[in-house]
Amino acid sequence: MTETPSEALLRHILTTAKVFACVGVSMNPVRPSNYVARYLGLKGFRVIPVNPGHAGETLYGETVYPELSAIPADIPVDVVDIFRRSEAVPGIVDQALDRFPDLKVIWMQIGVRHAEAAARAEARGVTVIQNRCPKIEYQRLFGELRMGGFNTGIISSRL
Amino acid sequence: MSEQRSPGFDTLLIHAGARPDPATGARQIPIYQTTSYVFRDADHAAALFNLQEVGYIYSRLTNPTVAALQERMAALEGGQGAVCCSSGHAAQIMALFPLMGPGKNVVSSTRLYGGTVTQFSQTIKRFGWSAKFVDTDDLDAVKAAIDDDTRAIFCESIANPGGYVTDLDAMAKIADAAGIPLIVDNTTATPYLCRPIEHGATLVVHSMTKYLTGNGTVTGGCIVDSGKFDWSASDKFPSLSEPEPAYHGLKFHETFGPLAFTFHGIAIGLRDLGMTLNPQAAHYTLMGIETLSLRMQRHVENAEKVAKWLEDDPRVDFVTYAGLESSPYKAVADRICPKGASSLFTFGLKGGYEACVKLVDSVDIFSHVANLGDTRSLIIHSASTTHRQLTPEQQEAAGAAPNVVRLSIGIEDADDLIADLDQALAKATA
Repeated sequence: MTETPSEALLRHILTTAKVFACVGVSMNPVRPSNYVARYLGLKGFRVIPVNPGHAGETLYGETVYPELSAIPADIPVDVVDIFRRSEAVPGIVDQALDRFPDLKVIWMQIGVRHAEAAARAEARGVTVIQNRCPKIEYQRLFGELRMGGFNTGIISSRL
Repeated sequence: MSEQRSPGFDTLLIHAGARPDPATGARQIPIYQTTSYVFRDADHAAALFNLQEVGYIYSRLTNPTVAALQERMAALEGGQGAVCCSSGHAAQIMALFPLMGPGKNVVSSTRLYGGTVTQFSQTIKRFGWSAKFVDTDDLDAVKAAIDDDTRAIFCESIANPGGYVTDLDAMAKIADAAGIPLIVDNTTATPYLCRPIEHGATLVVHSMTKYLTGNGTVTGGCIVDSGKFDWSASDKFPSLSEPEPAYHGLKFHETFGPLAFTFHGIAIGLRDLGMTLNPQAAHYTLMGIETLSLRMQRHVENAEKVAKWLEDDPRVDFVTYAGLESSPYKAVADRICPKGASSLFTFGLKGGYEACVKLVDSVDIFSHVANLGDTRSLIIHSASTTHRQLTPEQQEAAGAAPNVVRLSIGIEDADDLIADLDQALAKATA
């Protein structure tokens, strides 16, 4: 259960992960899930969209898959990012653990939590982040939130 | 700095929000005197305007110097984010704006700065808002004042002018039970003496004009959000929980989680109310904050000496300083602001109104001004100035009756302050 992940852990994830699979991402450019995907893409992550209602379409240059198990085996997903209600989490976690033997992180967005599914993933050695947004954490840890007057918690006299 | 070690308060005073300037390496925070900022390209501009990325657009909304101050204030109060604005009065409107609407009310302490009483009892009516004033020492009265249209409880941690201390823990409990936020004005205490979020406050507002800036140079205000309130738990806060038409139906709370109130303050509050803090003023305030702890220690030390001396003087009727053993607020002060009760308090003169006016005219070191929290010691007769617009009943409730003089004790030599009051009291009571 990682309700309050350490800064070091978040930094580690966001500097080592390369491929996110965003489950439940919206095709509507003003929905938060859509612009989290767009933002992660801008920051150099590969973002694989997962949304059964739009399977086969393209979002920010990537094919939309209907579910995690439909993602081709040669795409090395590091992080499964869940934009679904908490009730949908166990099914997604099971599919993720089944599909990606090397999965590093299961990330649940703000308001999304599932202790039991999280425990199952952690038992497999997968890091679980709950109730957080990778875009906000990236902005907080790597400076952008400074521009908005947010408390980044960063104290440093280095350039 | 090693991970997971939380920096102490005095380190935050100097460093929070103040990393070296990325463009130049400047160690002190530069004053970014610019209205606007160049976009990388059209997509970048669009993303900024859609709130999909954080960045600078226009200084009515965001400015790097002001942002540094905002981050510092958020860090000092232990909040998620902060919005700075042009004055403490602006901060109060900015804090209420996302919560209120026509027909809605705020339950407010009677013990407030007189200007706040006027803002709440008169001016906000023009927005269709209202305030219900209660004595916050009477917890049952606070509970009874809350109705279905109440959207917040408002109080000052250390109240101006009397220096009375509000039981923030009790206020927070009442606000929680009612599902509404507690807004605490922490101007007089400063985060050095009191951190209201640790006592359950949702929002903390400041007039940074006072102890934070400390030298009586500029006006400024600030709203710090704890990030802890669930704006979507009821339908009471649609500005934060419902789709915002001006941003393509974006829901602030759903989208920004604990950062929602701060984003709203910038994207709606500053955008449309325009009560922006300018970067010069932010700079003066940042400079002041660096020495906040040192100054507050001296303010408290001097206030304790002066208050004790006044209390023992036969020409003085009473002294309200909550740091005195005789104060009925001593116990609550020890819990809410254990490092001291700041340096703002009142005392009553046996000679009444006339003696008060004569006293104010007879001081040499004390300055007769309508400010507080300056390095200089200040004196004012509230009933004829800061609390003049109030009815006699409101003056009495606020602790600003006609026989009362307010002091804001500075950081000079306490013995000189006592000598000045002594000679002025002699003239006032002659």
